[in-house]
Amino acid sequence: MTGPTTAIREPVVAGSRVGRPRWRSILVSWSFTLPFVILFVVFMAGPIVVSLVTSFTDLRVTDIRNPFAVDFVGLDNYVNVLGDDVFRRAAFNTAIYVVVGVTLTMGFGLLIAIGLNQAVVKFKTLFRAGYYLPYVTSIVAIAVVWRLLLSEETGLVNALLSLIGIDGPGWLTDTRFALGSMVVMAAWRGTGFLMVIFLAGLQSIPSELYEAAEVDGAGPWQRFRSITLPLLRPTLLLTAVIASIGWLQFFEEPFVMTQGGPLNSTLSVAYHTYNQFSFGNYGPTSAISYLLFLAIALLAFGQFRLFRSKT
Amino acid sequence: MTTLTPTREEPTTTRRAAGGQPRGGPWLHLLLIGGLLVVITPFVWMVLGSIKTTGELRQAPPTWLPQDPTLGNYVDLFERLDFARFFFNTTLVAVAVTLGNLLFASMLGYALAKLDFPGKRVLFVLMLGTLMVPAIVTFMPLFVLVSNLGMVNTYPGLILPTLAGASGVAFGGFLMRQYISDLPDELLDAARVDGAGEYRIFFNIILPLCGPALAALAILTFLAAWNNFLWPLVVASTEDMYTLPVALALFAIGQHETNYGLLLAGAVTVVLPVVLVFIVLQRYFTQGIALTGIK
Repeated sequence: MTGPTTAIREPVVAGSRVGRPRWRSILVSWSFTLPFVILFVVFMAGPIVVSLVTSFTDLRVTDIRNPFAVDFVGLDNYVNVLGDDVFRRAAFNTAIYVVVGVTLTMGFGLLIAIGLNQAVVKFKTLFRAGYYLPYVTSIVAIAVVWRLLLSEETGLVNALLSLIGIDGPGWLTDTRFALGSMVVMAAWRGTGFLMVIFLAGLQSIPSELYEAAEVDGAGPWQRFRSITLPLLRPTLLLTAVIASIGWLQFFEEPFVMTQGGPLNSTLSVAYHTYNQFSFGNYGPTSAISYLLFLAIALLAFGQFRLFRSKT
Repeated sequence: MTTLTPTREEPTTTRRAAGGQPRGGPWLHLLLIGGLLVVITPFVWMVLGSIKTTGELRQAPPTWLPQDPTLGNYVDLFERLDFARFFFNTTLVAVAVTLGNLLFASMLGYALAKLDFPGKRVLFVLMLGTLMVPAIVTFMPLFVLVSNLGMVNTYPGLILPTLAGASGVAFGGFLMRQYISDLPDELLDAARVDGAGEYRIFFNIILPLCGPALAALAILTFLAAWNNFLWPLVVASTEDMYTLPVALALFAIGQHETNYGLLLAGAVTVVLPVVLVFIVLQRYFTQGIALTGIK
């Protein structure tokens, strides 16, 4: 038991050294995870469970100090929320944010990544940093700046448009343009993040493949379709999950730029959730946030299934 | 997997040499430069606007260069409003969250990468699950909890839930686990033969080898905490506990809605520290992304 051979072979299993009982090594191992476990139980698992329970109650801000005095109302919150026109509008807007936003950020991200991968050799780092810059800066600050850029009378966007003879609208005050302006602005911010991920993916594709295809007479479009896209597939699907989850939580931009207006045309589900919370309606708040959670979980699950089955 | 980025850039050079000239030609370069201008222009306009008077900012058509450059907006921010306090709050919270994450996440990462104990798989799944939980789902019950703990409008109330959130210890633990898994087991075995305890191994052998991962984690955590908005908005109820993004957003939709100069100076104050950190430590960002295995 105390032979040198055992002493060398055993330590591979952590802590189970000679003379020390197994339970001790288990305790030591768990002690490393303790900070995470405590934070997780108190500030993550607890709230998730409480949120689920709350979504079936009539909890209001006035009950906050005595959460057990509230009544269960069954599925009422969910029924009310799903029947509410404001929520439906927010859900519709959020669907547009996700579909258009993910398409724009992935499309532009891929275009720029391919461009950088092919052309710029010398200043690649500079370009990459430049495109990535909006992503590291505060959304609130960027939303403040874009609110001024998009202003009808004094904004830079309309001033540039008037140079080519176009009389630009009130991008954020006109119900026909507000949602679109918001998506494009947020895509402007998110593109760089996906670009960096795509660039790493592109650089891992062996250049011999392209050379061989070129020798065989394949044009640029053919090379893109039969080499780049298939080999980039895992990256594309993973980024689609990440981007969708981000866009489903769209909140800061409408909060700062339009307060959800005009006429709820830019209200998102996340923003609607926050509004219900600030009105003190905690039951509906939980119900809406759970619906959003469900959407995120389903989306992630679906995309990961797709991701797994194709690779 | 983690440090291959420089070598991966080679194929471009090879292809260029094979083709005799860079691909794409001038049009591609022009497009890329044009795109970069679209990205950079709002930042330039923000900085220039922050030294214009609000009167000039409300002129149509807008000006590029300030007619009458002034630092008045910044003076207002720091003397009439309490931006020094907001700056301090944001820094304190971001630094605390970063330090906490560095320690707790590397402990968690080490346990998941190199130790063997019952419940490890469950823990790993919970950690990954946490990454998927959006703040919008937990903020309401979290607020009820935090108010019952008497932590509303306090620094612990700002810090602890952020540390527990998706960009906190769960994300850090994942990143550190990826990195520590790649360290050779022989190092640990040798130390264990010498009778070192797990904590000594962790602090004296593992941590010193984790430099690049810790740097990447520190930057990513600091930025996420600095820019964090929803939770500070919910938990900071009086102005003296506002963080910079909260103050800027509430001023922008409230009492200073039309004071454009002030708002742009505020935006510069929020963005500038982050941009400086980003420019100086740019390469660690890409490293951080590579470390989480997203590529």
